[in-house]
Order: sequence, then structure tokens, then C-alpha cells
Amino acid sequence: MMKASVSRRSMRVRRAHSAAMITLTLIAALLATLPLLLILALLLKQGAGAVNWAFFTAMPKPVGEAGGGMANAMAGTVMLIGIASLIGLPAGIGAGLYLAEHRGERVASIVRFLSDVLNGLPSIVIGIFAWQFLVRPVRHFSALAGGIALGVMMIPLVTRTTEEMVRLVPDALREAALALGFPRWRTSLTVVLRTALPGIVTGALVAVARIAGETAPLLFTAFGNQFWSTSLAQPVSALPLQIFTYAISPYDEWHVLAWAGALVLLALVLVISLLAKFATRSRFARGSD
Amino acid sequence: MSSTPLHGASVGDRIYRVATTAFALSIPLLLVLLSAEVAAAAWPALKTFGFSFLTSSRWDAVAGEFGAAPAIYGTIVSSVLALLVATPLAIGVAIFLSEFAPSWLRQPVAFLVDLLAAIPSVVYGLWGIFVLVPLLREHVMPLLADRLHLGGTPFFSGPAYGPSMLAAGLILAIMVLPYISAVTREVLMAVPRSQREAALALGATRWEMIRGAVLPYASSGILGGVILGLGRALGETMAVTMVIGNRHEISASLFAPGYTMASLIANEFSEATNDLHLSSLMAVGAVLLAVTLSVNVLARWLVWRVQRQGR
Repeated sequence: MMKASVSRRSMRVRRAHSAAMITLTLIAALLATLPLLLILALLLKQGAGAVNWAFFTAMPKPVGEAGGGMANAMAGTVMLIGIASLIGLPAGIGAGLYLAEHRGERVASIVRFLSDVLNGLPSIVIGIFAWQFLVRPVRHFSALAGGIALGVMMIPLVTRTTEEMVRLVPDALREAALALGFPRWRTSLTVVLRTALPGIVTGALVAVARIAGETAPLLFTAFGNQFWSTSLAQPVSALPLQIFTYAISPYDEWHVLAWAGALVLLALVLVISLLAKFATRSRFARGSD
Repeated sequence: MSSTPLHGASVGDRIYRVATTAFALSIPLLLVLLSAEVAAAAWPALKTFGFSFLTSSRWDAVAGEFGAAPAIYGTIVSSVLALLVATPLAIGVAIFLSEFAPSWLRQPVAFLVDLLAAIPSVVYGLWGIFVLVPLLREHVMPLLADRLHLGGTPFFSGPAYGPSMLAAGLILAIMVLPYISAVTREVLMAVPRSQREAALALGATRWEMIRGAVLPYASSGILGGVILGLGRALGETMAVTMVIGNRHEISASLFAPGYTMASLIANEFSEATNDLHLSSLMAVGAVLLAVTLSVNVLARWLVWRVQRQGR
């Protein structure tokens, strides 16, 4: 594979060229992390001042009044994540178990492929789907539709991690349980799933972290709400929706709140991501990846 | 109880099998249902405008004329721009992390790059509005147009408003970089060790080993990663909506505001005045769905092919 022209150059030139290219990859790595550091620094600078007790407990104030918080948006985000998890976790774990137990079969590989395809679809398309399917027939936006849209996004993520984690469970464990007279379903649910649990928890947390910041599907479903609401059938606000509204508004007081909201949202996402890392580190799945 | 375990087991097994199968089959079903619903929402507009929906650039809610050409054009231009910026960087990062990084640096840098993918789109948008757009308007655009004398070319002409195709492309580049680099890393790690050792044994320097033995082996997987990044860029909504300027016009200049399919839907959905307007937005969504579906299928296939070779 080496070209003749390459080997004709002197060794010193080739070594220098190699070192230069390696340095370029280092520069690429530095450049890639730069925006992240800039964003984090700015979020802290702009947002930290406005994150106080009232931010978490107060309701949004009308335009022109300083202060106010995002209590309703945070409650909405928690609610939406809850609904999404109720849908995404059982469906994803069930599908993941199926894929792990039927590996090599045609149906399983098709499902696996389509799960990846679903994962790659833009979230806004999933929002349109949920709107047409759940919002339009009943003629009003709802928290339920928002949660379902986010739940659909969770399914492929949870499916793939569950499958990978279940595959790591040694066959000997499964066989031991079966040999002790456990029926298959109990073997799967108690022995296999239990052993794979830390990994599955990680997958679930990663999925939650990903949907917690989603905005686009909520524009069509949860829609946003400036008041306190915990009804499944009513529109509800969410942290990312509120950040969006405030960011594109022309008011300075709202911009400050947008920064504060972004800081809180990012902190939430990072804490969940770190928990996810921690969950796998603690148990057996570690050595095998 | 001791007389029925076998019977009980078989019923339990049957329920378990039916349940997991149903969950697994829910994924293909969901995709079919999703496509059908989006198509149904788009149908009135597609029926009214036919093929000209894709080619017309007139978007006039009052006259009831809708054409998606500017949004389609904007989607392609912003995504291609994003890939042009992100791909070399992402491949560089992946090579650095998988081949050259000292172990104490590998973990933290990999973590930071992965973190880029964890930042919500709306946070990128916020940063775009208040940092990237002013930076482009005050410094980058004047630099490109005046100092570098590129203002005469159609790509960098016109007034520097700030919100522009350039802003959208750059913010997309930051957002897709971690995806391309993650796939590239995986693919590089799937390249067999023997491939590298053979190159080194033939007297290759470390870079020649990468260039001659590793990259060719991984190339179709890397291409898969780039196309996966393309899929992300095509459908990215919030950040783009916040920086692209939202204007229905095709302009060669990267300084000009524009629209992408996703940002058009997000921006006009809540103010759609009539059913045809709404359906036209959904038709844009249907086009986006068709494009991203094909792009994803292609990308997954490429990545899957390399990983199968590596095993």
C-alpha cells in the first residue's frame, strides 16, 4: 500500500511530516473542544446571577417586570420526562431483550436496523407525527402528546443499550438458572435483566438526558403554557420551550432568564449524564467494553 | 403448587415471548405509522401543488401559494457547509483520540467532545443569537468581505446582517462534529491491529501507517459517519431556527438570511393561518422525512458493513 514516492523521500522528512500531521490532529482536538468551553463559560457568566431560589419557585412574570422564575416549566419538564419514561423504558427494554435473545435471526436484524433508523430521524418529524396522530384529532395540545413524542424518541436508544448489556451477560448464568428449574421468563426477568441492570440504567439515563433538552417535538405537542399546569390533557410548559421563547424575545429581562434557564437545563443534562457514567462503572459491565 | 410448575412455566414463557415480540415489532410499526401520519398531514398540499411544491420558491400565505424550494436549498447549503467544516476536524479528533493521544489526555478530551452532543439544541441557539451572530457580523463577515477581498464573489456578497446561512452552517458544524467523530473512532478501533503492525514493519512512519493502512481500511465506515452527521444536520431545528434569519429567498451569498426545512416548520407552525398553509408545512416535513430516511439507511448500511468486516 505504501507508495513508491513516499519511500523515496528521506527518513527525516518523513518523520517531520508525520510529527506535523500528528500535531494537526492535536490541534483539531483542541479546536473541537473550544466551543464547548466557550459555551460553558458564558452560561456560567450570564446565567449564574439569575439562578436563585425564586427562579425555581416563582412563576414567569409578564413583560417589563424584572424577576420571575420558571417553576411551571421545570414541573412540566419533570412531567414530560415521566410520561416519556413510562412509554420508552418498557418498550425499549422489551425490544432490547427480544433482540438479544433472537440474535442472528432475520426479524431481529431488521428490527435492529429500523431502530437505528428511527433513532436518526429528526425530532421535528416525530413532533409532526405526534401532532397529527394525537393532537389534531382532539383539537388541543396536551402534556400527554408531548410525553408520548419524547417517549417515541427514547425507544430506539433504550432498545440498543438494553440489547448490548443483555448480550454481555454470560450464558453460564442463564444456563445455571434454567438448570435450577427456573422457567425462561423468570430467568430473563430476574437473572439476566438483573445482571444487566447497571448497564440498562445507564442507557435509560442517557436517553432521559437526550430528551430532557428536546424542544422541536414539544412545539407541536406540549406547546407551552405560561401558567401552572399538571393536567395531562392541557398544554404544558417545559424548560427548553421557555428558553426558546425568552431567547427570541426582544426583552433584556427575558434574555437573562433564558441564560439562567439554559444553565439549569445544561446542569440537569450533565448531572444525568454523569450519573449514567457512574451507574456502569459500579458493576460488572465495565471490563467487557 | 408443586404439581403445576411446568404448566405455569409454559404459560409464563408464552406471555413473556408475546410481550417481548410485541415490543420489538412496535418499532417497525411505529415507523410505518409515523410515515403514514406525516404523509396524511402533507397530502392536501401535495395534492394541490404537485411536483411544483418542490421547485417553486413562492411562499405566500395570503395568496395561498406554497413552494418549498428555498427551504430545500437552504437545508442542503447549510448542511453541506456544516460537513465541510466539521468533517476534517472530526476525523482529526478521532485519529488523535484513537491513535496518538497519551492516555491521560484521551479520557478527558473524549469526554469533552462527547459532551458537545449532550448540549441541547436550544442552548446552542441561545449561544448562536448572542455570541456567534454578533461575532460574525462585527468581525468575521467584514474580514471575509473586505480584508480578504472576497466580497466581490457571489458567496460573500451583500450586507452583513448577522443571522445568515453562514451562522447556521457554523453552528451545525459544531453540533454534528461529535457524531462524526464518535463513529470515526469506533470504525478506527475496528481496524485490526495486524493492519497497523504490517505498515510499521514495512518502515512506515506513524502518519504513513494511518494514511496508508488505517484510513483506507476504515474509509467507508468514516463515510457512513459523515452521512450520519449529514442526517443530523438536515433535521436539526432549534439552533438553526434561531440563527438563520428565516427568509424565503434563494441567495448564493452565505451572508444572506435563509430558511431550512426544519426551521421553516418550527417558525411558521404556530402562526399558520389556514389549512393549506398548515398542510404545506407538513409537506415540508414529509420531504424532510423522506430525505433523512434515505440518508440514514445509507449511513447505517455503510457503518454496518465496516464493523462486520472488523469482527
